[in-house]
Amino acid sequence: MSIQIEKAFAVHAQAMEVRMQRSEILAANLANESTPGFQARDIDFSSAMRQLEQRSARSDGARTLELKYRVPHQASQDGNTVELAVEQAEFARNAMDFQTSLTFLTMKFSGLKKAIEGQ
Amino acid sequence: MSFDSIYRIAGSAMNAQTVRLNTVASNLANAESASSSAADVYKARKPVFAAIYENGQLTRSVGMGGAHVQVLDVVTTGREPQRRYEPSNPLADNRGYVYYPDVNSIEEMTDMMSATRSFETSVEVLNKVKSMQQGLLRLGEI
Repeated sequence: MSIQIEKAFAVHAQAMEVRMQRSEILAANLANESTPGFQARDIDFSSAMRQLEQRSARSDGARTLELKYRVPHQASQDGNTVELAVEQAEFARNAMDFQTSLTFLTMKFSGLKKAIEGQ
Repeated sequence: MSFDSIYRIAGSAMNAQTVRLNTVASNLANAESASSSAADVYKARKPVFAAIYENGQLTRSVGMGGAHVQVLDVVTTGREPQRRYEPSNPLADNRGYVYYPDVNSIEEMTDMMSATRSFETSVEVLNKVKSMQQGLLRLGEI
């Protein structure tokens, strides 16, 4: 019986990829907080994960995830839909989720190590 | 690795906000710089920001990717300078008027606070991304 690395790491590697791309989008939203007409965008995590799963099944290497526009609580006069507090909260949460995935992966690593060493 | 594009995005935002703070400092410093004619008086400056998408265009890209901030230009506000009657001012014209810039101090102060907050947000983003990357680098150290 052999250990399959992809199976052993399960969904966490993909989750981290989505988290990383999402942090880029959220960073762009935060950066354009005072750009007139800028529309905040975001990734829907569950649909992105599903998309990634289908992609790895087909393995055609399409790297584009679907971006959605954020619906602001209150529209601003200059057409900018970035709400600083919302974006900051989402960014912080996304960073925390990234750390969670990292922790899961580290736990997988230590489990594999234990299995290899037979202790 | 998409981390470096996050660093670039946050860096561009910090740069843009620094330009904004620069114009605010210049406007506030010259709020009382009088002149003897309306044409020569200092004019308040404002930066114009634009989002530059990852494909290098001003329009939205279809695919993934963030957006940088670019300072397109620094423009003058185009408001009329204030005319005050100060015959004792050495800069007064032959009718006794001096011209003061169109700087609104309250507007500039709020602009300054907004720019500072945006700058701090970018610093926060950088810190978070730094800890994400450090965590990733430590992956596998058991």
